[in-house]
Amino acid sequence: MKSFNGKVLFLDRSDINTDEIIPARYLTEITKEALKSYLLDDLSLEGFNPREDVPKHTVIVTRANFGCGSSREHAPWALEVNDFNIVIAENFARIFKQNMFNCGMMAVQLEPAVIDQLFAKFAGKQTSLTTDLEKNVFHFSADGEQESVPFTISGFDRALVEAGGWVGYADSNY
Amino acid sequence: MGKNIAEKIFASHRVDNPFGDIHVIRLDAVFCHEITTPVAINDLVERGLDRVFDPAKIKAVIDHVTPAKDSKTATQGKILRDWANRHGIKDFFDIGRNGVCHAIFPEKGFVRPGYTVIMGDSHTCTHGAFGAFAAGVGTTDLEVGILKGVCAFHYPESIKIEIRGSLPEGVFAKDTILTIIGKLGVNGATNKVIEFCGEVVDNMSMEERMTLCNMAIEAGGTCGICAPDMTTVEYLWPFISDEFSSREDALKAYQQYCADPDATYAETITINGDELVPVATFGFKPDQIKPVSEMSDTRVDQVYIGSCTNGRIEDLRVAASVLKGKKIKDWVRGIVSPASPAIYNNALDEGIIKIFMDAGFCVTNPTCGACLGMSNGVLAEGEVCASTTNRNFNGRMGKGGTVHLMSPASAAATAITGYITNSDIYQQGGNS
Ligand code: SF4
Repeated sequence: MKSFNGKVLFLDRSDINTDEIIPARYLTEITKEALKSYLLDDLSLEGFNPREDVPKHTVIVTRANFGCGSSREHAPWALEVNDFNIVIAENFARIFKQNMFNCGMMAVQLEPAVIDQLFAKFAGKQTSLTTDLEKNVFHFSADGEQESVPFTISGFDRALVEAGGWVGYADSNY
Repeated sequence: MGKNIAEKIFASHRVDNPFGDIHVIRLDAVFCHEITTPVAINDLVERGLDRVFDPAKIKAVIDHVTPAKDSKTATQGKILRDWANRHGIKDFFDIGRNGVCHAIFPEKGFVRPGYTVIMGDSHTCTHGAFGAFAAGVGTTDLEVGILKGVCAFHYPESIKIEIRGSLPEGVFAKDTILTIIGKLGVNGATNKVIEFCGEVVDNMSMEERMTLCNMAIEAGGTCGICAPDMTTVEYLWPFISDEFSSREDALKAYQQYCADPDATYAETITINGDELVPVATFGFKPDQIKPVSEMSDTRVDQVYIGSCTNGRIEDLRVAASVLKGKKIKDWVRGIVSPASPAIYNNALDEGIIKIFMDAGFCVTNPTCGACLGMSNGVLAEGEVCASTTNRNFNGRMGKGGTVHLMSPASAAATAITGYITNSDIYQQGGNS
């Protein structure tokens, strides 16, 4: 199973699309590793610089509809090769969310109010996340501040995370 | 309790229900293109699982970058080509016979009412126009589809959108769907199927229904879907005439996939077609729309007519009717890309290609190309394009470029003036 812990990158915008996560000009690559330098290349967001901010973090917390647009699994792959195995948001575009779990990664939905609270308390700080997959709790911490946030993931999503993805699961079940 | 269209298709294709609302369904068709499939192929080979569940149900095309523009895209094409040969996938469309996936596959009769279809492409929702459940998926779902012929979905709820009345002249399917996305928002149909119905949809051609369903994903929808009717049967008749003794029989068989009168929906939205106007997008999200008439001070550098949304023969006909006898503005680069060889051929026969060329357009081979900023018309930093495609995301057609989505009629009128323009001033004989 992958690690779902690390430093948190806060992206304060809704509707971040897969073209912004990995632009089409890089889709000619046929290995995941080749996508590494291009994660979030086209995301223009105040205070965000992909070349500086991507290497320092491994968790994303963001707003609504993350991963909308193209079906490209290159988006989760670009995250994966940069050690981002978990994205936490108000909600996700369907295909992106499925792609994440299909790769054994996590896309976890929290209530807008909880996301608001996380932004208010932790954005702009050196925030760390530890994920307790047994108890279904996220532990956020920064500058001595702590916050534990319960989450839910469906039985299917958990099975995919545990199987390391959908190919392994489907191959043994169908 | 009555069922809607998606529920009926799920009920007839369910293989397993392993968890809560997760339904594993049997697939009738798996479509592939050269951008998202090669990684799946390589992974299957690496896992020692280089098999396909049924070569007759797999259809493949090289469409995104064709002809190949460099060694990398040539390699992507080669991986798909070699794989299709190796597994006896007969319906593989290579250069000379290839076109944009969501234009060429329906044209070949590969989609039927009640079908389940997946493809590693978000605009797979287009095929719902035939009364099919057709959904875009990522490479891993595609990989399992290729190997096992199944895919898992959360059981989708449906939103019913009834479009009443009739569309005014100069208002098209594209204006209709952009208006709907404007109402729903880019997140408004996430995880849901959009079932389109009403008089406007009943009177639409299959091409127009495909334009409508194509952009369901821009509201987050899993699939757009239209009930099968005689228009569907007529379109498919060349492919199904062996299976049915008459069109009426075919219709009867397909109507099992129409929604029951007491079907339930997560939401029902009614739109009055008579009130719609030509619209275009501004900004970087497809739900940011305005009447075309309010955007006349937006100057464009390029006009692109093509794609899986609006690169079909009807689209080219409409654009040509606006362009006939006119020249595009000297600063505008006009590019038209008929979406399939058949469309290109028809356009040649009908004199449409000549109209485009006389107006000053460049006519490209069928390909996605500029639509996703990969080839054949990529924008430079700061440039503006009026486009009949489906995404105006930041950088979509080239880093730093801006895209305004609109109908082929508006795009053609815009090419003539160099500013975003309503087609009616030409269609009603206005001067240029
Ligand atoms: S035309 Fe554009 S949107 Fe359609 S399949 Fe090709 S790249 Fe995707």
